[in-house]
Amino acid sequence: MIQLPCPWCGPRNVTEFSHEGEPATRPDPGTATPEQWRGYLYFRRNARGWTEETWYHSAGCRRFFRLRRDTVSNTALPAGERAEGSA
Amino acid sequence: MVIGNGSTNGQSRKNGNRRRNGKPSKYSAFSLLRHGLSQGADWPRAWREHPIRASYDVVIIGGGVHGLATAYYLAKNHGITNVAVLDKGYLGGGGSGRNTAILRSNYLTPEGVRFYDRSMQLYEHLAADLNFNVMFSRRGHLTLAHNDSSLRTMRWRAEVNKQQGVDSDVIDPNEIAKLVPYLETSPNTRYPILGALYHPPGGIIRHDAVVWGYARGADANGVHLHQNTEVTGIDVADGRVTGVRTRRGRIATGAVVNCTAGWSTIISDMAGVSMPVTTSPLQAAVTEPVRPFLDTVVVSGTLHVYVSQTDRGELVFGASVDPFTSYSMRGSLEFVEGLAGHVLELMPALSKMRLLRQWAGLCDMTPDYSPIMGPTEVDGFYVDVGWGTYGFKAGPVSGEAMAECVATKRTPEIIAAFPLSRFDAGELVGEKGAAAVGH
Ligand SMILES: Cc1cc2nc3c(=O)[nH]c(=O)nc-3n(C[C@H](O)[C@H](O)[C@H](O)COP(=O)(O)OP(=O)(O)OC[C@H]3O[C@@H](n4cnc5c(N)ncnc54)[C@H](O)[C@@H]3O)c2cc1C
Ligand SMILES: [Zn+2]
Repeated sequence: MIQLPCPWCGPRNVTEFSHEGEPATRPDPGTATPEQWRGYLYFRRNARGWTEETWYHSAGCRRFFRLRRDTVSNTALPAGERAEGSA
Repeated sequence: MVIGNGSTNGQSRKNGNRRRNGKPSKYSAFSLLRHGLSQGADWPRAWREHPIRASYDVVIIGGGVHGLATAYYLAKNHGITNVAVLDKGYLGGGGSGRNTAILRSNYLTPEGVRFYDRSMQLYEHLAADLNFNVMFSRRGHLTLAHNDSSLRTMRWRAEVNKQQGVDSDVIDPNEIAKLVPYLETSPNTRYPILGALYHPPGGIIRHDAVVWGYARGADANGVHLHQNTEVTGIDVADGRVTGVRTRRGRIATGAVVNCTAGWSTIISDMAGVSMPVTTSPLQAAVTEPVRPFLDTVVVSGTLHVYVSQTDRGELVFGASVDPFTSYSMRGSLEFVEGLAGHVLELMPALSKMRLLRQWAGLCDMTPDYSPIMGPTEVDGFYVDVGWGTYGFKAGPVSGEAMAECVATKRTPEIIAAFPLSRFDAGELVGEKGAAAVGH
């Protein structure tokens, strides 16, 4: 079972959450180049290993939050916390 | 759908080392009889092992159906035989050995339909072409509609399909009930069945046989297949590929094809090419065998489930991808619970069936549920990725087109809609309506 740390509810089963993915900052539509738009809309790091991402506790407190997750082992930690040996 | 049955090249383990590098022989009724009389003692290996050369004209990364088919057609159609296929594990150890082997061409966009239909034509003659029984069974494919909007999309799909010469039509619940025994077609269920898109030429195939057949065909044409050879880096100088680094040493080459599906981001990163791809696991499960009762493949997008019966009698169940990105191929209990519930909504009579096993594979998802194929901004670095949950059926046409692309340095018409550059131009393909659940 995969558990995620909700900052408000504590560790819960992954099925309670929706995956929003890697955080991306929306560029200013007035000044953004096509490359910036394409990067924002479609391009992701798709990291194998530790990555930071946004999740939504859809079947819980219904709040958004950040966490760090190892996409190989699916170990998750609160954002900012580092696992032993992780990048 | 046997996975990981221990034998990686489709032949007897007992005599595995005999005639290791003997010349490949032709399979025939006569050879079957002859080897049968000697109790299979001298079947040659399906493909040979070679030392790695210091350089190849083309290096293909990934020994799934896409990489092997590309190698086969490079040699067969274009006479380019100084080719290596590298895989970090064993051939067919990725999605190509883990999929549910559904083949169809009833997609939504004209360019998608044409592309997948070419693959169906190649699959039709593949057994004869490869001299390997791939057990292609055209048994009919049904996509169920449980609401008005899916019914509308299906009518649209049927029209696009017919225009491209693909047999496809919307049928009503009475006709569905005749085709699929035990299907719950009463109007009193939570998601009543309103109709279905019926695609008679769709079907299933023996996925391992396709992989082994292409591997054997590539080998017979002079291609080198290197298993247990993980690529760890790609050398690029002045915008051109110059070689690949592997755990078994460096190989010089001017042409690299990335055929690594769920792992393709990692390989493209090595060449400095970024892609709009995310990796998610897709799970499947199989039951104990029962007597044949289900001829067709049945897919329900609303219930996120599909089912077919293998020649051995097992029911193969699949679903949509896990709802988050991951490089883990571990199955989950949540998946089986959800799957069982949905299967029983469709076919309550299956409640006594026992699941034998479940597994997962990695899927390289793209924003428009369409592949990314062709050259990249790095000269000599080609991609054949973005196969998501639907790429097994595309193996033959992709191999044929990628081989032509590499050999002629021109992008063939049949894949012209799928370049990496389409995301710059905002020209997405829009296949989601036909590819999200029905693989
Ligand atoms: C459960 C499931 C069901 C599916 N059902 C269907 C279906 O019914 N119909 C359909 O058409 N498609 C289906 N698919 C999708 C299909 O399986 C894939 O799209 C297809 O097999 C991709 O083939 P490929 O050759 O591109 O990649 P793969 O077969 O995944 O091969 C990629 C290879 O690359 C190798 N590799 C990775 N990294 C490296 C490295 N660094 N160095 C060397 N080698 C490396 C891997 O070991 C692997 O063997 C399904 C997938 C899954 C998981
Ligand atoms: Zn919460």
